[in-house]
Amino acid sequence: MTVSNNKLYEDNKFEYMVQQESNLESALEMGLTKEEYNLICTKIKKIPNKTELGIFSAMFSEHCSYKSSKKWLKTMPTEASHVIQGPGENAGVIDIGDGLAAIFKIESHNHPSFIEPYQGSATGVGGILRDVFTMGARPIALLNALRFGSASKPLTKHLLSGVVKGIGGYGNCIGIPTVGGETNFDKSYDGNILVNAMAVGLADKDKIFYSAATGANNPVIYVGAKTGRDGIHGATMASAEFTDSSSEKRPTVQVGDPFTGKLLLEACLELMNTDAVLSIQDMGAAGLTSSSVEMASKGSLGMFLDLDLVPTREEQMTSYEIMLSESQERMLMILKPGSENKAKLIFDKWDLDFAVIGKVTDTGRLVLNKNGFEACNIPINPLVEDAPEYDRPYEIINNKKIIDLNKIVINKTINEILVKVFKNPNMASKKWIWEQYDCSVMGDTILSSGQSDAAIVKIHGTENHNSLGKGLAMTTDCTPRYVKANPFEGGMQAVCEAARNIAASGAKPLAITNNLNFGNPEKKHIMGEIVGAIKGISKAASYLNTPIVSGNVSLYNETNGNGILPTPVIGMVGIINKVENCLGVNSEEGNTLLVLGQSEEFVEGWISSSIYQEIINNEFDGAPPPINLENEKEIIDIILKLNEEKLLTAAHDISDGGLLPTICEMLFKNNLGMDLNLPDLLLQKDSKDILLHSWCFGEDQGRVIIATKDLNKVKLLLKKYNIKFFILGEVNSSSNLNIKNVTTISINDIKNLYENTLTSIMC
Amino acid sequence: MRSGVAIFPGSNCDRDIIVAIKKITPKAPLKLWHKDTEFPNLDLIVIPGGFSFGDYLRCGALAARSPIIRNIKNHVSRGGSLLGICNGFQILIETGILPGSLIRNKNLLFTCKETILEIQNTIKSPFTEGFQIGEQFKIPVAHNEGNYFAPKPLLEELNNEGRIAFKYVKGNNLDNNVSYNPNGSSNDIAGILSENGKVLGMMPHPERAINSLHGGTDGLRFLTKCIEHIVG
Repeated sequence: MTVSNNKLYEDNKFEYMVQQESNLESALEMGLTKEEYNLICTKIKKIPNKTELGIFSAMFSEHCSYKSSKKWLKTMPTEASHVIQGPGENAGVIDIGDGLAAIFKIESHNHPSFIEPYQGSATGVGGILRDVFTMGARPIALLNALRFGSASKPLTKHLLSGVVKGIGGYGNCIGIPTVGGETNFDKSYDGNILVNAMAVGLADKDKIFYSAATGANNPVIYVGAKTGRDGIHGATMASAEFTDSSSEKRPTVQVGDPFTGKLLLEACLELMNTDAVLSIQDMGAAGLTSSSVEMASKGSLGMFLDLDLVPTREEQMTSYEIMLSESQERMLMILKPGSENKAKLIFDKWDLDFAVIGKVTDTGRLVLNKNGFEACNIPINPLVEDAPEYDRPYEIINNKKIIDLNKIVINKTINEILVKVFKNPNMASKKWIWEQYDCSVMGDTILSSGQSDAAIVKIHGTENHNSLGKGLAMTTDCTPRYVKANPFEGGMQAVCEAARNIAASGAKPLAITNNLNFGNPEKKHIMGEIVGAIKGISKAASYLNTPIVSGNVSLYNETNGNGILPTPVIGMVGIINKVENCLGVNSEEGNTLLVLGQSEEFVEGWISSSIYQEIINNEFDGAPPPINLENEKEIIDIILKLNEEKLLTAAHDISDGGLLPTICEMLFKNNLGMDLNLPDLLLQKDSKDILLHSWCFGEDQGRVIIATKDLNKVKLLLKKYNIKFFILGEVNSSSNLNIKNVTTISINDIKNLYENTLTSIMC
Repeated sequence: MRSGVAIFPGSNCDRDIIVAIKKITPKAPLKLWHKDTEFPNLDLIVIPGGFSFGDYLRCGALAARSPIIRNIKNHVSRGGSLLGICNGFQILIETGILPGSLIRNKNLLFTCKETILEIQNTIKSPFTEGFQIGEQFKIPVAHNEGNYFAPKPLLEELNNEGRIAFKYVKGNNLDNNVSYNPNGSSNDIAGILSENGKVLGMMPHPERAINSLHGGTDGLRFLTKCIEHIVG
């Protein structure tokens, strides 16, 4: 070998290696099955090289292909007159009037966040923001849904503090307010936390950008950050169960750069204001692979990319590494021919890379060049449309047990139980968390975490002489223990609670994005949880006319074979026509509190699977409270009606913990008190009476507490619409919640617990 | 009033302060880009909050070395008014226009909270002369590095010269989301003035308290008076 030949070999050594034929062994290492490997060889009529196999492995991963859930996802309701774009694009799009659209999606970053909590959660936020601004929307709000293991474990504190810092680190820096979310603790998440991030954006209805490639020979442009070796095969990692050696996968976690994210956001929106962009797709999971393949596939076209033109951070990156890197803050675009220079000027202004790296073709193939060689030449169809889809066997297991009140031995008073409720980090204030998030940047936040059941963000620029403007309401919800006990009921409950929360903030529920977090779908009972929950979500979403417009599935959330509680998180968006009519949870002195959806005769509350039942028995057991969709709809409609008549001061839905904790939460802010009315049947009970306890702490659904200054008008309307209600009492300045002949609860004491439980765990 | 808002890569409160100023005066502020070396004479320049250049180095350190800074210094020596909010305050410190330093919050956490500010007895300044000494404002903070730190002699100097514009105080608010000295600042300092009183650096965000529905309108009240006195 001559010197120059030798040098040629050295320069191309690694690329040469990835262009060798693969074998079954390497396929298995990449997470493919033998059947899938054989399918690939048959479909492409050759043995794939390592780069080609890597591309298949990423596209066939659960994360990209939805192969276990697709069959069931297709059954979900996705259409309504207000839906502009349902699932299948970067995010869902709904019409919110005035020529505007709300664009939103939720996405998980569970596995990476467990391995590296700061970067895992930060890139989760960055990724979901890109999904939203890829479609032409300016993001206006972030939310999240977090699940951690037992709060007492040191690992939980480490993970929680890292995840919160990561979410704040990205959101605060890029300048999008984090306005809401939920955080829960349960031992089933000890080895597998959940980090779901949701972003909501606004765009002009007629200026929405899609990802389908158009026009053979049109230029393919790479913009944003350079490609490095981070996150290689992240999508595959995210589609496998964890074992004790998962920390070895730390190098597969991406690293976020919110500053570049901010530049990319501004540059993309600036470019989208011109007519240059034909289609655009962010490089999220599986990076350049999924973006190029999905764009080509949606346009029924092909793509040629010269990987030597891709801006890289490191030298001698191979085609395999470039295609599978999950470096953040990158986008792929198809531009109108001739507009490249105009576009480049914008990206130069924002100091971002801009490179024409290929062109759209009509071959239906993905062809890649590297170092002058053809590194990949495969048909697109087998990657997407012919990707495997499994009809996995399933078994839906329902816990039908109803806890018999008479068999419960209680030795605690109402006060003692209330103390236990608010010492539970699931029930306590999450102030320690949300104070680390910038909730007010952009200046449009009206209600954020801790102030109301759903966050409200004003739609910028909609103010006029008779209103402060329109607003979007948004929330994330799920009660995993209910889903575990009965996947169908639990799925319905998540949707109904989300809708109730939106209504309790004064807004009309519009549409859903969901994040389906489950264990290993190859296990029958887990597949049963998935199927049951999807059916439940579908039924409720369809009844409430809140279709699913986007979402994400995260499976294999298991560590050493132990699955998480099934956690199908519902992210819901609603609209309020005048933000000044929004409702928080804080009542005022002189208000009357009424519970809607509960009659005067109601005394026996539902305690199976409740927080109360856990306090008494140390673990959850029994069936979840049943959902009655008709009641739920009635309650939502009547709250909106009462609010339209300006009769409400506050509203708060009754969920975890039941009636009494909900009343307390409505008194906390202003240190108020109340003499609580009891139904006649409970008048002679003492503080340890189980029936009284069930009334105070039962978790029956379809209930919301409202605070009003005008009881008579409210009563008239409730009677007119035949709504069950019970008057709880009048709010006074005493700071005591008094239950006549039973007990007095000091609101200040309980509030201290509520506010400090989590802080004292974390500090 | 002719005003301008200096925008760096990573600024993220530029739109917010522009919205606030437009509520007060009809003339929209000019957007000044960090590479701009020429712009007309202005009455007020605002350096808004954000994470200029990602704050990956010391907050504001890179922005302080941008081309626009020379012009901002010229603006100050012409006697123009200059307001740095949050990251803007950090930038003013890094440029040396204001003294001291802003270090990590005492609890080492990013902090987003309501605070109560109290106007101090200051030298003549358009940023304070519209208010009574002791007048209070409810204005939020949102930052990671807002802990004002300076050697004792400098703190004494600032105090003696009347250059402490306002301090965080407890207020008489029951609201638990209101925080007294959220970052551990020396002497509860929330904002300081330059020697001529024409430059103010402050950590709280007045532009986020301009809406009766969220956080109140104390920020609008503050900015309105400032602008009145800048115009003269």
